[in-house]
Amino acid sequence: MAAVELSASEQEFLEYVQGGGQVEATDRLPDEYRAKLVKFIEMHGNSELMGVLPEREWILRAPTLQRKLALTAKVQDEVGHAQLIYRVVEDLGKPRAQCLADLVSGKSKFHNVFHYPTKTWGDVGVIAWLVDAAAIISQKALLKCSYAPYARIMKKICWEESFHILHGRDVILAMVTGTPEQFELVQEALDRWWGPLMQFHGNPIAPENDPMFRWRIKSQGNEEARQQFLDGYVPQILELGLTVPDPKLRKRDDGVWEYTEPDWDELKSVVTGHGPRTADRLAFRARFIEQEQWVRDAVLAA
Amino acid sequence: MIFEVFRQDRKGQPFEHAGSVDAPDAEFAEAWSREQYGRRGESVALWLVPRDAVHVVGDWADEFDLKYRRVDGYSIKVRLKEARERAAARTG
Repeated sequence: MAAVELSASEQEFLEYVQGGGQVEATDRLPDEYRAKLVKFIEMHGNSELMGVLPEREWILRAPTLQRKLALTAKVQDEVGHAQLIYRVVEDLGKPRAQCLADLVSGKSKFHNVFHYPTKTWGDVGVIAWLVDAAAIISQKALLKCSYAPYARIMKKICWEESFHILHGRDVILAMVTGTPEQFELVQEALDRWWGPLMQFHGNPIAPENDPMFRWRIKSQGNEEARQQFLDGYVPQILELGLTVPDPKLRKRDDGVWEYTEPDWDELKSVVTGHGPRTADRLAFRARFIEQEQWVRDAVLAA
Repeated sequence: MIFEVFRQDRKGQPFEHAGSVDAPDAEFAEAWSREQYGRRGESVALWLVPRDAVHVVGDWADEFDLKYRRVDGYSIKVRLKEARERAAARTG
């Protein structure tokens, strides 16, 4: 990797974080590290904020009152995560208003899975179970992030995500134990989501070539995260009688999962703003930022 | 205004730094912190401290070599070995 030339003090900093050291907002941070932190953490904040939209579409159509309440609570959790995360970004020097402006203008990114439509209640179940499961694998690895203020808020976030997975699994279990039509809704949703799920942890770049790993913002490589996801969740999917839509998927004798190469062109196109629902959801977000301006004005005038 | 939020898990436990909220005053900070850190009953108490009120001490120069105040300031291995040998010689 064409590394940026580091000064002696930056080199010392790099060795410190690579040895498991953590730093605080008040420490002196190399510019490159700060820039990488802002980019990474801001994208996480964006993803929490955009991640509520696919599920929000189903609050009014939830099948029972209990499900409606649970979904609403989950949306509140995720927006709360966005607030916590943007606070960390603000302390690194980028104001929240700027983060929101860059999000809606398409300058900054959010995770691939939140660019897709939620066609049926089956999609809601698959998102809440498997998308959250994939996300929690990344987030648990962030508990060891070299930037301590981010690692600390991750404790609360991971704790809340654990409810979400359970909620998702419960939705799925209710459907697979229901009518054949309900079972089919789950299978169809899984077929739709498998591609994006396999792309979720990113291309299999070697950790040492990944700047986010090099600075120990992430503590594990992309492929390691994907393997952990497959190891944890493929057996749980199969035991329900569902089929994973990948004929090549199998666990080798050495424990490594083989699978069809995910569509990296699709991932790139989706996260750069060309997903099936990207434009709609950003327009929705922009409308609400504008519509709720009076709330921020009223609070700040208090 | 930034308020640092410290939360207590159970009575008797230490308050631990949990994050921060940006609020125009303490009343708003309380409302938001209750939502963020207490809505599932995960905290029994919160401390909200304006960030400006936190006096940070982070530099611990040991100019006078004060390690006699710590366990790593005492290396007794060599002396203990010698003392045992002398004791053995005396009785032997």
